[in-house]
Amino acid sequence: MPAVIEMKGIGKSFPGIRANDDINFTLEQGEIHVLLGENGAGKSTLMNILYGLYQPDEGQIYIKGKPVRIINPNTAISHGIGMVHQHFMLVQPFTVTENIILGKEPSKGTALDLEKAIMDVEEISKRYELKVDPRAVVQDISVGMQQRVEILKTLYRGAEILILDEPTAVLTPQEIEELGVTLKSLVNQGKSIILITHKLKEVISMSDRVTIIRRGKVVDTLNTKDTNIDELAEKMVGRKVSFTVEKQAAKVDTPVLEIKGLKVLDSRKLEVVKGVDLQVHGGEILGIAGVDGNGQSDLVNAITGLAKAETGEILIDGKEITNLTPKEIIESGVGHIPEDRHKRGLVLPFSLAENAILGSHYSSRFRRGLGLSYQKIREYCRKLIKEYDIRTPNEKVLARSLSGGNQQKLIVAREIDRDPSLCIASQPTRGLDVGAIEFVHKKLVELRDEGKAVLLVSLELDEVMALSDRIAVMYDGRIVSILDAKDATEKKLGIMMAGGSIQGAV
Amino acid sequence: MESKINEYREALLKTLKEIAYPLVAIFISFIAGGILVYSFGKNPVVAYTALIKGSMGDWNKIGETLVTVTPLILTGLSIAFGFRCGLFNIGVEGQFIIGTIAAVWAGWAFTGLPGILHVTLTLIIGSLAGGLWASVIGLLKAKVGSHEVINGIMMNYIAMYLSNYIVMTFLNVPEKAYSVAIADTAKLWRFSQAFSQFNHSRLNIGIIFSLIVALVAYYILNKTVRGYEIRTVGFNPYAAEYGGISVKRNIVLAMVISGIFAGFAGAIMTTGVQYRVNNLFGFTGYGLDGIAVALVGNNHPIGVILSALLFGILQKGGPFMQIQGIPKEVVGIIQGIIILFVAANFVKVIVENMKQNRELKKITAKEEIE
Repeated sequence: MPAVIEMKGIGKSFPGIRANDDINFTLEQGEIHVLLGENGAGKSTLMNILYGLYQPDEGQIYIKGKPVRIINPNTAISHGIGMVHQHFMLVQPFTVTENIILGKEPSKGTALDLEKAIMDVEEISKRYELKVDPRAVVQDISVGMQQRVEILKTLYRGAEILILDEPTAVLTPQEIEELGVTLKSLVNQGKSIILITHKLKEVISMSDRVTIIRRGKVVDTLNTKDTNIDELAEKMVGRKVSFTVEKQAAKVDTPVLEIKGLKVLDSRKLEVVKGVDLQVHGGEILGIAGVDGNGQSDLVNAITGLAKAETGEILIDGKEITNLTPKEIIESGVGHIPEDRHKRGLVLPFSLAENAILGSHYSSRFRRGLGLSYQKIREYCRKLIKEYDIRTPNEKVLARSLSGGNQQKLIVAREIDRDPSLCIASQPTRGLDVGAIEFVHKKLVELRDEGKAVLLVSLELDEVMALSDRIAVMYDGRIVSILDAKDATEKKLGIMMAGGSIQGAV
Repeated sequence: MESKINEYREALLKTLKEIAYPLVAIFISFIAGGILVYSFGKNPVVAYTALIKGSMGDWNKIGETLVTVTPLILTGLSIAFGFRCGLFNIGVEGQFIIGTIAAVWAGWAFTGLPGILHVTLTLIIGSLAGGLWASVIGLLKAKVGSHEVINGIMMNYIAMYLSNYIVMTFLNVPEKAYSVAIADTAKLWRFSQAFSQFNHSRLNIGIIFSLIVALVAYYILNKTVRGYEIRTVGFNPYAAEYGGISVKRNIVLAMVISGIFAGFAGAIMTTGVQYRVNNLFGFTGYGLDGIAVALVGNNHPIGVILSALLFGILQKGGPFMQIQGIPKEVVGIIQGIIILFVAANFVKVIVENMKQNRELKKITAKEEIE
């Protein structure tokens, strides 16, 4: 029996990059096949070709042995290929059912047959053991359920082959486990699955086979049971990688950041930070663990002056900074690596040099007379590029044209070079590859060892556990517990992150 | 030295690339206009010859074209400056009108001042009045978040009727529908005072001023802290906020600077061309044309100068096409086509589509071989 999908000799170039170079990839009936690679390795390009979003420059795709040409997603869908994107494509105010049937609505005459639609959804939901509430509105359901809705959407359209792009990025550890079970059951019912990821643990726990891509080329295809994390990492990055963050014991100093009774409202005037007390000392990394949307972002915004503190006090080095302007807060020694580097961290149409001075652009060291001295600005940026190993042709290229990892390095460089007494790192490694992650982690530890305070907010539990000296778990706008990193286990944190109590559970 | 030269070459190449698409779009528009003229049974060559001769046929015609170009450069810069901060200052028309009327008052009210001083003062008062008028729009946007386009349009009407009221009351010449004239000391130097070629043209030193303002606008935007902040707010207000840049303050400031350019245009109109203000029956059009000028000029000061030149030629040469029996509406249509082509980035889209099609064809051809 021929493979479900065979991609032969696929090549695709973009201006300046060979994204895919003679790639061969096969998906067998009923397997979970991971496509593993760093960001920018070319795995998304390959899948976008399979899904009809790009046309390959060379190569041929076969489905069940027959050569096909996939010119757009509609042809992909008609060949039974379904894709679940990393960022969900759901209509928030619609119900689960409405989202699932969108584009293939059952009708009674000219009217939508909603009752039949709900029955259909209940039927496939039961068949594939993907629990959803067909009548719930999407914006009210959990992220895990939203993902199940996305999967059901593709199944409803008759998908036999599922492509999941970084499916675990938004899930809690428990939800990831559930996803694993779901995928297994889909495979048992004859589906075939391609999983795109750069997380090694998931490769081992979820897949049957794995194809590793580096710089647009296939490095190897392995049976998962014959390999291990270290081998995969080495093949993915091209060198040996250490996973443990090396650090000395913390030399804890006096408190740098003190938060007392902080409450923050969101734009709808709902309380999202509900009374937080927290201290971060010089010489330590305090990690905040939590599922997305439990008030972490609002807490960070209140500290940095991007959101208003409703009540409470925030002090830096004993000096009150509550509700000062972002400029005054930067000047009192707060560096901030923002969670969304494209939204806040960078001005993408600006050059690297212009981005390198954001926040200290008014400083006299970048001036000459009345105007800005671009010579000095470029010189400064060249220094950062060198010291922080930012891979770029020069400092004049636009920030938009850098890879995510190098964009993040630029932000890290800018914030650390300002020599802050507190550095807030919000999702500092989101979407980065292993090499860049290592780099960012090393810099944060260095900062701590210099006696600076580091507040780390991350949705990646592994990251929080590896870096932090103390871990605060945030749930529903409150810090529910602060643990010493030594006492924290994934299970304990996972339960508290979901709002449970660890008494009796452990 | 070597690197400096390279840098200039790079900058020049970048600028050329930026204006390539608009240039092609303009060229295509003229061809489309030619076809239109032909379909009316007229000769396109005759039509375009009339257009060129009418706008640039002799020194006086060139002078009069430049008289139209002057305010277009300034209102174009005004719009472009706002755009760089993410603001659509449609209120340029009103700020222009306020500039003209404030300049008439200043040119008339102060007497006995030496020429240079008086005319400078008049220009400053006209410009500041425009800036002040624009600040209302900026403050409303920053303080209560109401949209600058709506407020701009409203402020345009208020400006026009306020100007008319002043013209018909305080500054009225009895029995006439226009204002008093400014003093001779408040008049700008005209080219005709030194060059007899320009004897029948109102061309004045304002054209030089407008070019200087273009340089100033470029300098402020690209070489100062303020310009850096304004561009940051324009490109990404969230990043601006994060970087300690006050979005609200920069919105107001950008609006005021934009208004100053528009007010300056009005003041030059009064001190260099009209010497008085008429009772208006409708908008002057300079402010609204500024939007098109900025758009075609890609919001770049140099582009604005070039596109103002183009619009000036079209406006001044149009009537001469009419003498050749070609409806003057054709000029309006060509203008419309240019804006449409440039705004829709039409040429770029076509070029990219062609590239894509070629790729698809390549793939299909290969499959057929196999």
